[in-house]
Amino acid sequence: MRIVVCAKQVPDTEARVTVGKDGRSIDETGITFIINPYDEFALEEGLRIKERLGGQATVTMVCVGPPRAEEALRTGLAMGADAAVHVWDDSLAGADAAALALVLQAAVTQLGFDLILCGRVAIDDASAQVGLRLAERLGLPHANAVTKLEVQGSKLVAHREVEGGVEVVELPLPAVVTAQKGLNEPRYPTIPAIMKARRREIGRPGLAGLGLDAGKVADACRSEVLSLAPAPARKGGRLVAGEPQEAARTLAHLLREEAKVL
Amino acid sequence: MDFNLPQELEILRKMVRDFVNDRLQPISEKVEEEDEIPPEIIREMAELGFFGLPFPEEYGGGGMGELGMAVLLEELGATSAAFSNVLAPHVELAGMSILFGGTEEQKKKYLPPMCAGEKIACFALTEPNAGSDAANLATRAERRGDRYIINGSKIWITNGNIADIIIVYALTDPALRARGGITAFIVERDFPGFKVGKVDRKMGLRGSHTAELIFENMEVPAENVLGEVGMGFITAMKALDMGRIGLAAGAVGATQKLLEMSIQWANTRVQFGRPIAENQAIQWMLVDMAIGAHAGRLMTYHAAWKADQGLRVSREAAMVKTFCSELANRAADLAVQIHGGIGYMKEYPLERAYRDARILKIYEGTNEIQRLVIARDLLKAGK
Repeated sequence: MRIVVCAKQVPDTEARVTVGKDGRSIDETGITFIINPYDEFALEEGLRIKERLGGQATVTMVCVGPPRAEEALRTGLAMGADAAVHVWDDSLAGADAAALALVLQAAVTQLGFDLILCGRVAIDDASAQVGLRLAERLGLPHANAVTKLEVQGSKLVAHREVEGGVEVVELPLPAVVTAQKGLNEPRYPTIPAIMKARRREIGRPGLAGLGLDAGKVADACRSEVLSLAPAPARKGGRLVAGEPQEAARTLAHLLREEAKVL
Repeated sequence: MDFNLPQELEILRKMVRDFVNDRLQPISEKVEEEDEIPPEIIREMAELGFFGLPFPEEYGGGGMGELGMAVLLEELGATSAAFSNVLAPHVELAGMSILFGGTEEQKKKYLPPMCAGEKIACFALTEPNAGSDAANLATRAERRGDRYIINGSKIWITNGNIADIIIVYALTDPALRARGGITAFIVERDFPGFKVGKVDRKMGLRGSHTAELIFENMEVPAENVLGEVGMGFITAMKALDMGRIGLAAGAVGATQKLLEMSIQWANTRVQFGRPIAENQAIQWMLVDMAIGAHAGRLMTYHAAWKADQGLRVSREAAMVKTFCSELANRAADLAVQIHGGIGYMKEYPLERAYRDARILKIYEGTNEIQRLVIARDLLKAGK
C-alpha cells in the first residue's frame, strides 16, 4: 500500500506570533517551526497502518514550503517515513489552499498512492481546506476529522468526529483522510533515527518537475490575504467571591447563563 | 561564523522538549515525593537514545557529540534534576572515561549496552579524604597474577546503588599518585568483593541517588584495567571536562525555565493595582537572568563544540561550569524572590529548583577547584 502524507510546517504552538512588516504575513524572526500537529497525527497514522500491514506499505511525506520546511521532512523521516518530497518555489509564497491543492495533486500523482493522509487543519492559518480540496481535485472519496481509522482490504472504515457524537463511514480506496486530534499519539523520533534521517535523500522535483509553473499556481489561487491583525488582548477574568458553596453556585450559574458553556 | 545549531540538533531539541513537557513534567512532583523515577520512564529515555547520545555510532551511540549532549541536558534542565542526574554521570563521566581511556576491545564490549541503557554506569572517584584533592585517594589496587585485588571505599557516587558498571579509580602506585599512580578499572556489579553501602539523604536531587561503594578484596581481571595502568588520573580529568560542560548546559536550561516562570508570574501577579512586571526592580531581576542565560548558553555551546573538534577544553569546561552553576543559583534565588511567598511553598516547583541548584556549585569539582584550574592555565600561558 502506498501511503502519502501531506504535511505543513507551522510556528510552534508556544511561539509568540506577531504580524510582519508587510501586514499580510507573520514575522518569522526568532520563531521555531514544527510539523503541524494535525499533520503529525496523519503521519503517525500512516506509520501505524504500515506497521499493522507488517511493513507491506510505504509512507511518503510531502511538504510544500520554504527551505526551512526541510527540518519538518527530516523529522518525519526520523519518525519512520520511507521517503520525503519537498516542493518549493518562490511563486508559492502566499499561495492559498486552492493553489496548494493543485501542487499537492501534481506531487501525489507523480508519486502514486492508495491512501492520502492530511491533517484536518493547519494551526497557523486554520483554513482546513487543503485535504478536502485535494480530494476534490483528484476526484476521490474523503473523510475528514477522523479519530479512528482501519484499513480493511480495499476499503477504509473511518470514525469521524461530528457534533456531539461519532459517525462511522466506509469508503473505498484510494481515498483522502484528514486526521483529527485523538486519532493517535505521535511517537518521538529517536536519536539514532534523527541521525540516519540526516543522510537521507529528499526528493525536490520543483514546480517544473511537477509540470507546473508560477502562472498555473497564480491561476489556481482563489483568494488573497489582504491583512493580518493580532487578536484583541484577552479581558481580565472575574473573581467570584463569597463562601465556597455560594461561590460555586454563582459560578455554575454564570457559566450556564452568561458564558453558556454548560 | 554560524551560530545556528545543526538541523539534527534542532530536531533533537524539539523531541526532548516535547518529551519533557508530555512525559517528565507531569511526574516531576511524584518523583520528588517518592524519591524515585518510575522505571518505565528510564526505559523510554533509553529507547529514545538518551543514554548513548554523544558516543560514536560504531559503539551504539547516537553520534551527536558533546554539543548534542548539551542540547539534551539543557532541555532536561527545565524539569526535575533527577532525570539529568541519572543520565549525566552515566554518559559524561563513566561513558566518557571508557571512550577516552579504554581500549578498542573495552569500548566494543561496554559502550553498546551502556548506550542502549541496558546497563547503567557510574563514576567512582570521590572518597572521604579525596574530594577536591582527588589524587589523595586511599582505595588501593594490587596485582595478583591475572587479576587485581581492590580494597577501599567511595562515597557519594551518583547511580552507585543501581549501576551495573562502575568505573573505579584506585591507587596502583602510592608514590606516583596523580603522576601515573592512579589506574581506572571497569568493575561489574557482580565481581566478588563489591558491595553497595548506605544510600545518602540529600538536600535535593530527589529521585537520583548517591551511594557509598565498598570494595573488600574485590577481584578485577587484569583485562579490566581501563586502558593502561597509571593513566587513570588523566582519564578522570578528561571525563570531568565533559561532565562540567554537561552540568553547565543543565544549569542554563534551569535558568531559562526559571526566567520563563518568573516572566509569567510577574505579568500576572497584581499588587498595588498593576502587574509586578511593571516595577523596575522586578524587570531588572528578569533582565539579569536573561543576560546570564544568553551568555551561559553561548559559552557552553562553544565549549561543547570545541570538545567535539577533539581539542583540549579543560579551561573552558571549568569556566562554563563555574559561570553557569553560579548563574543557576542566582536565577533560583531571584525566581523565588519574584514569586515571593508562593515561591517558598512546596506546592510550587521553585523551592525544589532552589535546592537542586545548590549542588551545581559543588559537584563535578567545586567552583573553587574550577577557579584553581583556570588560574593555573592562565598563569602557565603567561609564563
